[in-house]
Amino acid sequence: MLDTLQANLLSPIPLAFALGVITRLMKSEFSLPKDLYASLSIYLLFALGLKGGAELAHATFASIAKPAAVTLLLGCVTPLIAFGTLRWIGRFSSADSAGIAAHYGSVSAVTFIAAQQFVQRVGAPMEGFMPTLLTLLESPGIHIALAIGAVQRTRALGASGDSSGKSIGHVLHEVLTGRTMVLLVGGLLVGFLMGGSGWKAVTPFFDSGFKGALMLFLLEMGIVAGSRLGDLKKVGPFLLVFGIVVPLLHGALGVALGGWAGLSVGGCTVLGTMAASASYIAAPPAVRLTLPEANPTYSLTSALAITFPFNILAGIPIYYRIAQALA
Amino acid sequence: MHTHPFKLVTIIAEPVLESRLTSELRQLGATGWTVVEGRGEGSRGIHAADIPGVNIRIDSIVTPDVAERVVQHMATHYFAEYEVIAYVSDVAVIRSNKYVTQSKETR
Repeated sequence: MLDTLQANLLSPIPLAFALGVITRLMKSEFSLPKDLYASLSIYLLFALGLKGGAELAHATFASIAKPAAVTLLLGCVTPLIAFGTLRWIGRFSSADSAGIAAHYGSVSAVTFIAAQQFVQRVGAPMEGFMPTLLTLLESPGIHIALAIGAVQRTRALGASGDSSGKSIGHVLHEVLTGRTMVLLVGGLLVGFLMGGSGWKAVTPFFDSGFKGALMLFLLEMGIVAGSRLGDLKKVGPFLLVFGIVVPLLHGALGVALGGWAGLSVGGCTVLGTMAASASYIAAPPAVRLTLPEANPTYSLTSALAITFPFNILAGIPIYYRIAQALA
Repeated sequence: MHTHPFKLVTIIAEPVLESRLTSELRQLGATGWTVVEGRGEGSRGIHAADIPGVNIRIDSIVTPDVAERVVQHMATHYFAEYEVIAYVSDVAVIRSNKYVTQSKETR
């Protein structure tokens, strides 16, 4: 176990991330230009979609049906676990619980990519259709958590003509047309249509530069997470524990369900990581618009400053070990 | 030079609200606006985004009654829960008809 953890810590992604955190701890003003950060995320997501789409052309419906079903199941179960834990053990308000649960029910694409790189490095590559599953997991968790929040909110306000029904539809549109979904789903579609030969033609740009771009992106993620470390004091000890224990729980559940659905060790590791990860791109604006009374400091700090680093540094190797043990 | 007295409504808000606010401005009778991004700090703390620190400022020149409606609307729907400030200042313009919603009959 320790050697896997150690090998992971000395691989490009955790190192770039750590450099970002250290940069911020040194109180350096350095950060990537905002537009470069946005451009890198576009590049990474689109490349991921294209490659996944090209590989999807080889997948049969039968091989993907069960993994897709368990992915959707995870999308429904993880926000409920997170909500229940926060509401009844952590004693958070229902809005805060639902807001944080929306982040943990959804998925972080960068954490997914980190897991993909990890399983490649240890020689247990994932199935080619995994990016397709990633798109399935993005939205259900957000909507289930927001629906819980909206129901509780309406109950609290009485039926005072609140427009949360309308804004849920609005949020559905926002999430489905957000940058992650457009680039991933669009990339999958384009990759699927152009097939292996089309993918081969664009590999010099989309594949050769991928790992380098990922390191730059993780450097900035480290800076973003590092600048949130000060908020750890504000969120209290419960969220600190929550941000590590719930991902472990979700991760183990994802690995187990992946094994049941017939995924390889690499595929199980990646599915576990997907379940364990917390969204910090799609979920925050959706929660802000639908549940304004939820405090974004809680959800963003736990997703970005606790769970993301935990998964990158230690979580992924742990899910891998669980997958090996169950295989 | 003859000028007309109008009101400049300025809203400074977290960026996630931009599309909602501009569509509401139109409904409330504003005919146009300018949105700019900027940095700043306020009493509330952090934004709901992975990149911290960006605010938007929406400027719109409107008639006094539209200004009244907009500020009232902001107070009712946004002040309690969002990072938003809104204020009204006096401005003088030359082309008064530019800032008034024309009814369909007169257009």
